[in-house]
This record gives sequence, C-alpha cells and structure tokens, in this order.
Amino acid sequence: MKRILGILTVLASVIGFATVSYAAKIVVEGSTTVLPIAQKAAEVFMQTHTDADISVRGGGSGVGISSLLDGTCSIGDSSRPIKDSELDKARTYGKDIKAHVIAMDGIAVIVNSANSISALTKKQLKDIFTGKVSDWSEVGGTAGKIVAVSRDSSSGTFEAFGTLALGGQKVRSDAVMQASNQAVASTVERTPGAIGYVGLGFLSSSVKALDFAGITPSKEMVLSGKYALGRPLFMYTNGEPQGLVKDFIDFVKSPEGQKIVDQEGFVALK
Amino acid sequence: MVKIKEKIYQWIFGVLAFASLFFLVGIMIVLFREALPIFKKVSLIHFLGGQYWYPTYDPPEFGIFPLILASFWVCLGAMAVCVPLGVGSALYINELASVRQKAILKPAIEILAGVPSIVYGFFGMAVMAPLLQNLFHLSIGLCLFSASLTLGIMATPTVCSIAEDALSYVPNTFREASFAVGASRWQTLTRVIIPAAGSGISTAIILGMSRAIGETMTVLMVAGGAAVIPKSLFDPVRPMTSAIAAEMGEAPMGSDHYHALFAIALILFLITFVFNIIAEIISRRFRVKLGLAG
Repeated sequence: MKRILGILTVLASVIGFATVSYAAKIVVEGSTTVLPIAQKAAEVFMQTHTDADISVRGGGSGVGISSLLDGTCSIGDSSRPIKDSELDKARTYGKDIKAHVIAMDGIAVIVNSANSISALTKKQLKDIFTGKVSDWSEVGGTAGKIVAVSRDSSSGTFEAFGTLALGGQKVRSDAVMQASNQAVASTVERTPGAIGYVGLGFLSSSVKALDFAGITPSKEMVLSGKYALGRPLFMYTNGEPQGLVKDFIDFVKSPEGQKIVDQEGFVALK
Repeated sequence: MVKIKEKIYQWIFGVLAFASLFFLVGIMIVLFREALPIFKKVSLIHFLGGQYWYPTYDPPEFGIFPLILASFWVCLGAMAVCVPLGVGSALYINELASVRQKAILKPAIEILAGVPSIVYGFFGMAVMAPLLQNLFHLSIGLCLFSASLTLGIMATPTVCSIAEDALSYVPNTFREASFAVGASRWQTLTRVIIPAAGSGISTAIILGMSRAIGETMTVLMVAGGAAVIPKSLFDPVRPMTSAIAAEMGEAPMGSDHYHALFAIALILFLITFVFNIIAEIISRRFRVKLGLAG
C-alpha cells in the first residue's frame, strides 16, 4: 500500500511538473507558406523572452485551423481566410476565433526562361489552368505543348490560386502536381513548356515571372492591391490573445517582426 | 527458480511475437473503420471506376480509377526493369561469378537495398527526369516512365537478394547430378536450377511488386502527380500512395476526403496483402517440391 502511494505521489508530481512547464509553451501550427515567417520570428522572439518555449510546425492551413479548434495549438497559421464550415465547427466547440493579418503574400505566375511569352491576361491564365488552352500558340507564344504545373491540393497556395486566378474552377486534371513552391520553381526551370505559380518569395532569376492582367508582380503592387494574385496571411487565435501569445503576435506585427517578413520574401504590412 | 525465470522469458517473448499480430489487426480495424464511411457517399463502383479525382472541390469527385491505373502501370513498368536486372544478377552471382566477384557484388546490392527511398526520389527527380526529357524530347520528364525506371532500380536489390537465396537453396546434388549426365553449364542452369528455384524466384518477383506498388516518396517526387488516365508512357501520373501522402496533411479529420484517402489506403493494403499471400503459397509449394517442408 505504501509503495502504491509512493508511486502515485511520483506520478502526480510528474504530471504537475508537466502542466507547469506547459504553461509557457506556445505551439504555432499550420500553413507552410507562413512557416518560414513564424519559424524565424519565434527564434528571434525567444532570444529576448527566455521564459517562452515556442514550437513551430507546418502541416497546412487546414491542419493549423483544425488544431486550433482541437486545442492542440495556440496559434493557427493560415494562408487563406477561415472557411465558413470551420467557423461553424468553432461555434459548436464554443470557440471564438480571432484573425490577425501578419503579412501579405503575392502569387507570381512563372514560365521557363526560354519562353517568349511575358504577359498573360486573366482569361488566358484561367484558360491555361482549366485546360481550355493547351498550346502556347493559342496565347501568342511559339507553338508547343503547355505543361501546367500546380501545387498539390493540400497547399494554401493552391487554394489561393484557385480562388484568385481560376474563380473556383477546377485545375485541369493533367496538371503536374508538386509538393512545394521550390519543387514548382525547379520543375518550371527544367521544363521548356511549363507554366507554374509560386509565392513572390520564391521568385529567382532562373525562371521568368509573367505580368498578370497588365501588372508586374512586385511587393508594391501586392500591397497597393493592384496586383490581382495577392492575399493576406493570417495567424488565428482562440479568443483575444493573452500573455505570451499576445506578445508573440504583437512582435510579428512590430517593425522588427515585419523586417523578418520582408527578409523571408513576403510583403511587409507597412 | 530457474523454471520460473524460463517461464517469464517465454511469456515476454510470446507477448513480443504476438505484438505484430496485434498491430496488424489494429491497422486493419482502423483502416476499415476510417474507410467505410466514404461508401455511404460514393458507391464502391463509382469510387473504383470514377475517372475524376477532385476531392477538394464542391461538389467533390472521388474517382480513383486514374490513381489505380497509375499504380498499376508504374508497378508493371518497374517490374519490366527489376525482374531481368534482379533475377539476372542473382543468377550471375549464384551460378557464374567467381568468389572475388561475388564478394564485391553481394554487398553492393545489399547496400543498394538500404538506400532510403527519398534518395532514389532525388536521384529520379534531379538526374533521371531531366535526362529522359532531353533524350526523348519530352514535354516533361516527371512521368510514368521515369517513375517506373526509378522504382525498378529501387526494387532490384529486393528481387535479387530473395532470388539469390532461392538459388542457393537448390541442393548442390542437383547440379552434380546434372553435370554427371553430361549437361553443359547452360543446360544445367536453364533445365535444372531455374525450374528448381522457380517458385522462389516467383516469390522474389511478387515481393518486388509489393515494394513497387507500396512505395510512396519516390513516386511522389518523380511521377508528376497528375490524376489523369495515362495515354502514353510519358504522361505524368498520380499513383495511389502519392495521392495519400500529398493530401492527408490538409484533409480535415472526419471529412469525406479523409475517409476517401483511407479507402485508397485500404485498397492498397488489400492489394499488397494478396501479393503476400500469393508469395507465401508459392514459397510453401517450393519447399515441398525440394523436400524441405517440415
């Protein structure tokens, strides 16, 4: 009996310890687009706040929001606004989800650097990605098969592109699907007839970014709202953020945090 | 005291041995429980035979026929590469190679078997795909053909080492008897050794197929990922495994998409399960044939 009591005491103290140390732990989870910002911001934040233990995970926007609803993370990153179905779910869980815009992202349409095309209209881009147009000569380029390269359906960029560029229409079924921005960029780099889309931060000299609807993709154009393929990036919290969670989100929005946003290739809010 | 100790050991190892059975049953229960709800929304025939896989749209379409075909063709293509390579090298190593050659070849093939699949994926994506693209003037190198080739190379060591085991089980008396009646080396190989080891070699091929059809990372990186029924060897495809890997992260738990991915997993599981049963039956027959069955 004494022994059992002893074991129970040890167990209780371990559990007690675990909960105490959990109090200063913040889990940030969600969009892989927001991931580099959250990761870097957490590193810098923890240098000045030694009491904070922030762990940052990817998984995708949907994962971030559902983890927030399940209570397994305190900040859910998302590269799209929360869906009505998710808000409904939050209500049934009795949670009040608050949105914090932390940066802007722009999606650039890229082609192989050997491609003669340098601009596309809204309709042309939509026709290419929905499968109405399959040859470059139909949009004013040199004849050749168009290879559409898309992000996988789990990506926030895929969802944003579908909404912003395709108006919710389906991406052509023969589109090549890639798991990351980098993979899209390198596929387009290696494939002469390819067209793809990536976040502004993933543009490089090895691929050609197209003007879309008459606007060259740039940070200024995204911020001004003139470039149509731009979107806000979010951090979601359950209710108004408090304590360390609030400090962290305030930090991301601060000039210092926005400098990180800029360094990671996204568009800072100011 | 010693007896009690022995009993305890026996008990512990018994539990460990039954743990795998426990895991297998657990996995099957989870697969069925998570997969079956989708069939309330889509009939099994539409799920298996549907031509469009658009799980994230409204209304969603859950047709996995292009995915099944992709897995099937990629697996078949991989077999076309790994069967001749694997069985051929097993024959060479077991029957023809000198002791020194054998000492180099065997470990080399075993190391090849230990290379992580993501490394094959990188190799396929960065080397094989651009090479094939330039060689055949393809519109894109990430396609069924590249995936088959990469997977084939990857499954070769599995086929080779199991086939080599099968060949080494053929009793030496078979060879000696064959030589004694005046058969040449080639005759001995084709008329005696291969028929004797035949079912073992078939087991090797079937296990290679299981490996190819279940492989995920490599095909995710190399196959291109387009959920469309392939019309040629050089079309990008989306095998079942890569669909699960790419989409599970974003599928909300409990949604139709989530259940549909589990249903794909269930079908994959059943396919490899059947493969393994066939392999087991064949290898049992093989042991009986050689008088090794106990």
